[in-house]
Amino acid sequence: MSLEREVEALLYQQSELLDSKAWEEYIALFAEDGLYWMPPAPHYTTWEGQPAIFIEDRDLMTVRARRVGHSRAWSQQAEWSTNHLVSNIVIERSDDADIHVRSRFHMMELRRDAMRHFGGTYRHHLRRTPAGLRIKLQRVDLFNAQAPYDYVLQVWV
Amino acid sequence: MLNVGKLVEPDRVHRLCYTDPEVFELELEHIFAKTWVYAGHESQVPKPGDYWTFDIARQPMVMLRDAKGKVGVFFNRCPHRGAKLCTLLGGNAGKEVRCSYHGWRFELDGRLLAIPHDQGYEGTRLSKADAAFGMARAPRVESYRGFFFASLAKDGPSLVEWLGPAKIGFDDMCDRAPEGEVEVVPNCYRVIQHSNWKLFLENQLDVSHPMVVHESTGRAALDVEDEIFKRTGERPMHYHMLSAFTWPTSKWNELLQTTNYPTGHSVLGGYMALRPKDPDSLEYERALADRVGEKRKEEILSVNIHHVIYYPVVSVQSPLQQLRAVRPISHDKTLSEIWHFRLKGAPEAIYRRALWYYNLVNSPATMVNADDLENWNRIQRALKAETPEWLSLHRNYGTDIVEGDVIRTREGLSEAPLRNQFRAWKKYMAAGAKA
Repeated sequence: MSLEREVEALLYQQSELLDSKAWEEYIALFAEDGLYWMPPAPHYTTWEGQPAIFIEDRDLMTVRARRVGHSRAWSQQAEWSTNHLVSNIVIERSDDADIHVRSRFHMMELRRDAMRHFGGTYRHHLRRTPAGLRIKLQRVDLFNAQAPYDYVLQVWV
Repeated sequence: MLNVGKLVEPDRVHRLCYTDPEVFELELEHIFAKTWVYAGHESQVPKPGDYWTFDIARQPMVMLRDAKGKVGVFFNRCPHRGAKLCTLLGGNAGKEVRCSYHGWRFELDGRLLAIPHDQGYEGTRLSKADAAFGMARAPRVESYRGFFFASLAKDGPSLVEWLGPAKIGFDDMCDRAPEGEVEVVPNCYRVIQHSNWKLFLENQLDVSHPMVVHESTGRAALDVEDEIFKRTGERPMHYHMLSAFTWPTSKWNELLQTTNYPTGHSVLGGYMALRPKDPDSLEYERALADRVGEKRKEEILSVNIHHVIYYPVVSVQSPLQQLRAVRPISHDKTLSEIWHFRLKGAPEAIYRRALWYYNLVNSPATMVNADDLENWNRIQRALKAETPEWLSLHRNYGTDIVEGDVIRTREGLSEAPLRNQFRAWKKYMAAGAKA
């Protein structure tokens, strides 16, 4: 399989796992030291000592997954589902071990009777492991990150 | 005609307080246009021309720093034809404010500087020297330790009088800084709640909700915290910010007492034990003692507060340096602005510890407020049911400690702070109706 196809397959798989609420499998796409990071605005260059909408390692991701899976996670009792599209995939640079990928995403979210849209840019730093490609860092820049949030983000975009 | 005075009794409140658009209009007029409203911190506008926009009772306002470094608050519209002058949420106006419609120009202190082609005004009532043709100033602007407030009322208590003893919230935040002041972390999260503004303020002091509303997050965080402990022998401090929600109700009842003032302000005692003895904390304590002396340092660090509510406009979490400003939009819609501050002169590690709270609890991906907002929205939708008419505020009514006009709780779970907010509400509404 070409590198392009391999990377695409991972991004599509990620969307499917999020939309089907397969949280543990989604977390398993991350390397042991992997991070999910959503900065408050595109100009941020690090999460260290900076506010972040999300900055989660696998442990914190597990807290989030178990929270939404809890029978008394009230916010999850409303009908809630998402639909992700990923496109414009560009491999920015790669060597044998590390691959840097930029893509665009669009997420529609239905909560009760209301629809929301989130769009923006993913930057994946992928690492090749014996088990396949794993996410070292997923940076998510919402194009509407600084707009008012009508309700909150319950799970990763 | 609606008699709002009859909607509040000492131990219960009528559902119309939350659901009636007419009540909301009266609240804007009698409460928000009368009280002090939070504008922002001076460090949000550090340089001349820097501005930050906000609303008071739906009226667009702007906090603007002038060429001499003084912060002013103005109605954010051109006195000529009414166009909004400072149009971003926050930004820099440059050396002067220029209207985008006919090019009127204003000094950064609001005075009219120039009108393009200004012939044609001879013999009219417009005079360039007349302050009425400059940017209109908010009737009153005052600050306390760098926090600016504005009021649309010409008369009323000074800011310090209005803050009263509850000013301890701003004092606690600033005193904890070795340099005695804080500066804003330049990021503002804005979150919209589809619920009445009062539900937000009531919830901050409602001690009987956390273990119910946040059970899922508390449980998940404690499970992972335990796993990390088994793996590493350590419990990361930020997990405690979430896992504390698993405490039994009796512990909340014992620890979280409130002191409630006639202004509607309340001080909620702390519970998160934020004075650990790790090397970072000890370095911070030394830095503070170097500046203020050992005795004063002990005084400062023995203050134990979780929240202070300045009714009806702002919620301050002093030990974590966070602030949420309440901006009512309609009877069933409220915007909150969420800020974080840095203790000037404190070690980086202390800032980063509080940053965890901003990231985990107060960011738009909050694992905590997600369930608060859900519950307030459930209330807002369900209160359309006309039966029962009243909401209960009975818990511990009649058994709180009353000292003059200050009410202290004996039991943390007491609904005293909620009753107290309506005590202030009723006073504002009655004064407005009389005027």
